[in-house]
Amino acid sequence: MTPLLTVRDLSKTYGGRIGCADVSFDLYPGEVLGIVGESGSGKSTLLNCLAGQLVPDGGQVVFDTRADGPRDTLIMSEPERRMLARTDWAFVHQNARDGLRMGVSAGGNVGERLMAVGARNYGDIRSAAIDWLGRVEITEDRVDDRPTAFSGGMQQRLQIARNLVTGPRLVFMDEPTGGLDVSVQARLLDLLRGLVRDMGLSAIIVTHDLAVVRLLADRLMVMKSGQVIEQGLTDQVLDDPQAPYTQLLVSSVLQV
Amino acid sequence: MSQEYNFAYLDEQTKRMIRRAILKGLAIPGYQVPFASREMPMPYGWGTGGVQVTAACLTPADTLKVIDQGADDTTNAVSIRKFFERTAGVATTESTRDATVIQTRHRIPEEPLTEDQILVYQVPIPEPLRFLEPRETETRVMHALEDYGLMHVKLYEDIARNGEIATAYAYPVKVEERYVMDPSPIPKFDNPRLESAAIQLFGAGREQRIYALPPYTQVVSLDFEDHPFNPSKADHPCALCGADHTYLDEVITDDQGGRMFVCSDTDYCSRRQADGHRGDMAPPVLEALS
Amino acid sequence: MYVAVKGGEKAIDNAHSWLAEERRGDVAVPDLTVDQIREQMALAVHRVMAEGSLYDPDLAALAIKQARGDLIEAIFLIRAYRTTLPRLGHSRPIETDDMACDRRISATFKDLPGGQVLGPTFDYTHRLLDFKLAAEGEALADTAPIAPVDQAPMPRVTEFLNRDGLIQTEQASDATPPDMTRAPMAYPAGRPLRLQALSRGDEGFLLGMAYSSQRGYARNHPFVGELRIGKVPVSMEIPELGFDIEIGEITVTECETVNQFAGSKTEPAQFTRGYGLVFGQTERKAISMALVDRALRWQELGEDNVGAPAQDEEFVISHSDNIQATGFLEHIKLPHYVDFQSELELVRRMRLAAGADEVKEAAE
Repeated sequence: MTPLLTVRDLSKTYGGRIGCADVSFDLYPGEVLGIVGESGSGKSTLLNCLAGQLVPDGGQVVFDTRADGPRDTLIMSEPERRMLARTDWAFVHQNARDGLRMGVSAGGNVGERLMAVGARNYGDIRSAAIDWLGRVEITEDRVDDRPTAFSGGMQQRLQIARNLVTGPRLVFMDEPTGGLDVSVQARLLDLLRGLVRDMGLSAIIVTHDLAVVRLLADRLMVMKSGQVIEQGLTDQVLDDPQAPYTQLLVSSVLQV
Repeated sequence: MSQEYNFAYLDEQTKRMIRRAILKGLAIPGYQVPFASREMPMPYGWGTGGVQVTAACLTPADTLKVIDQGADDTTNAVSIRKFFERTAGVATTESTRDATVIQTRHRIPEEPLTEDQILVYQVPIPEPLRFLEPRETETRVMHALEDYGLMHVKLYEDIARNGEIATAYAYPVKVEERYVMDPSPIPKFDNPRLESAAIQLFGAGREQRIYALPPYTQVVSLDFEDHPFNPSKADHPCALCGADHTYLDEVITDDQGGRMFVCSDTDYCSRRQADGHRGDMAPPVLEALS
Repeated sequence: MYVAVKGGEKAIDNAHSWLAEERRGDVAVPDLTVDQIREQMALAVHRVMAEGSLYDPDLAALAIKQARGDLIEAIFLIRAYRTTLPRLGHSRPIETDDMACDRRISATFKDLPGGQVLGPTFDYTHRLLDFKLAAEGEALADTAPIAPVDQAPMPRVTEFLNRDGLIQTEQASDATPPDMTRAPMAYPAGRPLRLQALSRGDEGFLLGMAYSSQRGYARNHPFVGELRIGKVPVSMEIPELGFDIEIGEITVTECETVNQFAGSKTEPAQFTRGYGLVFGQTERKAISMALVDRALRWQELGEDNVGAPAQDEEFVISHSDNIQATGFLEHIKLPHYVDFQSELELVRRMRLAAGADEVKEAAE
């Protein structure tokens, strides 16, 4: 099977400081990869480099495109990359405000990606939006409300609907449950797990919360100081951590 | 007075610069060409872009018509026409047919234009995406990448909130299936006439942009399949000439709610009246002909 | 019967004659001369020259007279005149080091070579109306010397700091700067264009921007390192001659601010700079310009963008020009009835669609 995403030797420095160094991995269709590490470990830098939001200093990010097969997204033209970003890719920000248009109704937020790829039937766009709001447990009567009138958890679910409406094949998530109350987090995780399984989504999830990866991720990468220090199946890494840092990370969570 | 200034006010260097921008605009229909707009003796927002484009197009043999809101007699139209009478000494006319260059604000003349004519629009905000995205740096990228999803989000929001597309003027269009363009604040009733035999030039002085539609360019008003573009207007005939196919101004006739509707294109209306067409409140025939 | 409104042309002519009459005011009061304005309203003349970007005190005074004292209108007259002038060439950069200073102060050092020269400033006046000025035939008080006779050299304050490496060094460049009056503005504009735009920008707008930075919207802790006002010679290379000749003298105000230091583990701490240079005696504007210039340099100096208006180059430059702003603002006085009509139709139709019955009931 061709990997959906093949990453080789990806590096990014800020001046003299290492953002991430020589990261390589493969992501297969339907697979969810978790990236964990403390603040400053380079996991967000890595995610932004993968998603084309930061320009890395070197390496390859090869995506298996629908039309032309595997292509290095770092040497794609800007229009190609933008097209990818609004069709096959999705990006869920930690802060829903960064990923939503706060001045546009919930329906308009979900419909934007459809319209960006050429949907021109208002009725169809609206039905798709309502359908997707339903899937993230937002009732139809909220379709014309703006996200400013939504709670934090609802905003995050709206952001997810907005991203998934075009049926992307790869979803990048940056701390998707960060900043939410614990009970809200649990509901969101549940929802995400359902969507990932039902849609057969491939996803890369950055988080510092091991409970999130335990629930969602098939495989795990542990980062420290910009380096990947351990990777493997999620259960394996969490239950039998090899690197001392991973052991510390796991035990510190267990103590909580 | 006029000999103290170059023909049509601007110096030849400047006119050449503007002509280059116009040619580039014609070569890339709907694309906003930056140009080094000059300070003009009328305020920004009052037609400086149109005036500069007109100045660059005029030759001594031209006949100029200037309209504002469709009328030749509105104050700003009078002021601009006088400006060119003084600085270029060209012939002026109120007749759409007789004009070779027409500068307009907010209307397209009712009478179909010909291949021998240039229509110059005054444009306040050339960027159709401006009110969705205030940054020039962003909107230029959006145009470059044909990233127009946001434009339809605006139309979607209109329908969601009002049941229809609530844009009545400056209604955005797509040119030759490429650039989304602001047609200047003409009523959407005029949009179908953006496909024309004449050359159409758009000048925005303060915003330093020129754009253009060559003759017979395809211009499509943005819409949804199930909410098609509708170039509606007041549902009345003109009270003076009886026309039922023209854009109408509403005139308040008393303080009891009395009102009447008359053609906004004054030349077209008076021509029809001269041809014997009569509306409800038209002056008697003899008086009109005298 | 209805006859459409006509008479725009006549109305304009009438308005113009009335304006001329109002401009003159009561004919029993003597006519104000352009010389009087130039000499006695000098700061207004300077502002008009600065924001009109044309150094000509006589024309600026004429513009103020014609504009009935409306300075933005006067600036507009000057800009419109300026645009018709042929461009014969450009001068050498002026050298403000050699300025014949009327005023030179530093807030960062108590005393310095060349000394503090207060000059003709309002700074320490008590703002009490002087009713003596209302009496006619004012006599000049003959108490104070007008200008220092032999001016001692006045080295630049920032050079003291620069010599010790205490302030960030500006990179010298011989590149011809772009000209905002000859090329359309494109963003990011870069500092040369930014400084041009600020130098002719509206004094009130820049004052507000600078003030906002002082109040915490992108604070940059400015000190007036040096403010100098005086005359500098302007010279130009004449290609036919092959050397520079002096073509005149202009008064300018220059302000260099010394701002908060930047530094990191790798780079030692250094003060940073903001710069203002404006035609005429215009120190409020020059100081404002320096603060705004400094705020706009956040990227170059490795600072955070805190989202303050004064840090936003596109925002500041595209809204600083009072001629653009006033024109666009006032154009809403022009007829918009075609647009309004189309909105009127739309609102009527939408109201009709949404609850015609309700409206009817309410009316009954």
